[in-house]
Amino acid sequence: MSILSKSRICPETGLFFDDQAEKLIKWNAVTGVVFLLVGGAFGVLMALTRWTEVHILPADWFYLLLTAHGLDALIVWIIFFEMAVLYLASSTLLKVRLAAPKWAWLGYWLMLIGAVITNVMVLEGDSSVMFTSYPPMKAHPLFYLGIIIFAVGALIGTFCFFGTLVLAKEQKTYEGSLPLVTFGALTAAIIAVFTIASGAIILVPTLLWSLGYIAHIDPLMYKTIWWAMGHSSQQINVSAHVSIWYLIAAIIFGAKPLSEKVSRMAFLFYIFFLQLASAHHLLVEPGLSSEWKIFNTSYAMYLAVLGSMIHGLTVPGSIEAAQRKKGFNKGLFEWLRRAPWGNPVFSGMFMSLVMFGFLGGITGVIMGTEQINIIMHNTLYVPGHFHATVVAGTTLTFMAISYFLVPVLFRRELWLPGLAKWQPYIYGLGVAGISVFMMAAGTLGVSRRHWDNNFADATLGFDYPAAAHMFLALNGLSGLLAGLGGASFCIIMVGTILWGKKKGDVAATEPAPAPEPAVHQAGSAGSIAVPGTFVLALIFLGSFILYYYVNWKYLSEVWLLS
Amino acid sequence: MTSQDNNAQDGEHEHIPFFQRMLDNPFLLLFIGVVMPTVFYILWGVMEIATIPIATY
Ligand code: HEM
Ligand SMILES: [Cu+2]
Repeated sequence: MSILSKSRICPETGLFFDDQAEKLIKWNAVTGVVFLLVGGAFGVLMALTRWTEVHILPADWFYLLLTAHGLDALIVWIIFFEMAVLYLASSTLLKVRLAAPKWAWLGYWLMLIGAVITNVMVLEGDSSVMFTSYPPMKAHPLFYLGIIIFAVGALIGTFCFFGTLVLAKEQKTYEGSLPLVTFGALTAAIIAVFTIASGAIILVPTLLWSLGYIAHIDPLMYKTIWWAMGHSSQQINVSAHVSIWYLIAAIIFGAKPLSEKVSRMAFLFYIFFLQLASAHHLLVEPGLSSEWKIFNTSYAMYLAVLGSMIHGLTVPGSIEAAQRKKGFNKGLFEWLRRAPWGNPVFSGMFMSLVMFGFLGGITGVIMGTEQINIIMHNTLYVPGHFHATVVAGTTLTFMAISYFLVPVLFRRELWLPGLAKWQPYIYGLGVAGISVFMMAAGTLGVSRRHWDNNFADATLGFDYPAAAHMFLALNGLSGLLAGLGGASFCIIMVGTILWGKKKGDVAATEPAPAPEPAVHQAGSAGSIAVPGTFVLALIFLGSFILYYYVNWKYLSEVWLLS
Repeated sequence: MTSQDNNAQDGEHEHIPFFQRMLDNPFLLLFIGVVMPTVFYILWGVMEIATIPIATY
């Protein structure tokens, strides 16, 4: 290779860090956390506004912050962090320098500039179109331009990931197949390419429309293509956080996947089918056929769901196998009881896994069913569902891995370790609360994206049942708890970077420990019985089936056929 | 039983199964991952929308 780059081996973990990749991982992750802080704070204000008795924001501010919250939390925070994950999974795990670091920096700056432009436009108040920006609602042209610039930056970063894979292959830094975590990141990167391309197809014309060059954007056409981006971007998150589950299982337990092949197939299902499920956002649109809806949401999606269930089984299964090897063999669950529950890397990841499956996964399949979808479409059930996937699932996982990464990257000890121990529980409980209570209110018909729970100025009065207001109050309280947990996370991270105790440079004298082989190589754990995981899986399936039929029962009651 | 099928270090090419070759080729996967949703979701969906008759007032 012509370009020699600096790199180091982390003295504690044995991980390889290319100088440029390391800097990029740091900057992308930290920038993401800043936007999480902003977006999360807005979320708390909105939860308090939807609490009928508190109702703190005026209407225009509610919709303004709703727009900013969706953009900053869902898009900016997560995608910045995902760039860090891509660089980690390629350069660090494959022990190769990052391809085209200058481009990666260009990508970073474009993302930052785009995010700032869009935020300024939203905060100025004339772009409260929510992050979905459905026409005929029109935002300031710079609102769309900012998102496009952000997306171009993310695309450049994604190609640097692909480039690094090529480089690693050329330099033969790994043997055989890609390690599983990198393969999962590859899945995320592939979905990202489709996501960003769809975004460009729809947002460029919308930008021209807002500038007056195009007279008309068809709302249904917009929605269809927009959701190819909007939904697929959620699948980038799923692929990324599932990869991190495997990574954390490997780091903490030295766990290997139960069967590498099966896990790889599950990712392959994602690549093939996951993105089709975008259609679940259009289940009540007239104009699209049931064939299209059912093929895309259910027929193929269930294969993607199968992929998720495989991961949900093999991640705890691999942990159980690793723990049993260490001798935690008593009964069904000693392996789980004796897991390091005081370590936020593990507790955050495991809670994320459970909540993603039970709260997010089950409800997602319910809503993805054409017939049942009608009972909760556009109610608060929808945000309830996706706070379980994207906050309890993705965000909590990203927080968990940060507790591992930030001390390693910045060579500092965790600041406030006592708080760090509790943070995943505070945040996890808060997020479980907002998602369950929003879903509960949604089941009673409370609409999403709606400022006025009492319909005060409606010509025809309407009241939600009293229980709905109670759930909204509980949602507000949970929002406060989640806000507390989120703020603690940001404080711990910033504190670690600025004031954490510096770790001594042991590198020169002591040899670095061998890196965890499960992280760098493909390979399975071999055959070990995992009865505990099996029981958990049965409980999951039982809940799934029960809840599915409960919803058909609801449907029959809505139609007064019972 | 652990299968030891990747110990062909003696220089000659072992037979790599089709599926594994597919899984080991990121750009083929990228191609499939983009084509699938483009055909089934976008093209099919857009065709349906485009063939909705225009209302006559
Ligand atoms: C402190 C934590 C959080 C709280 C209390 C919170 C609360 C809320 C509330 C009350 C809504 C509005 C529901 C409605 O009226 O329609 C909402 C919407 C939303 N939230 Fe959060 N949220 C939090 C964190 C997050 C995070 C971390 C993400 C993304 C990773 C996220 C993504 C979204 C999205 C995409 C929307 C929909 C916006 C829209 O309808 O346009 N939230 N959130
Ligand atoms: Cu979706």
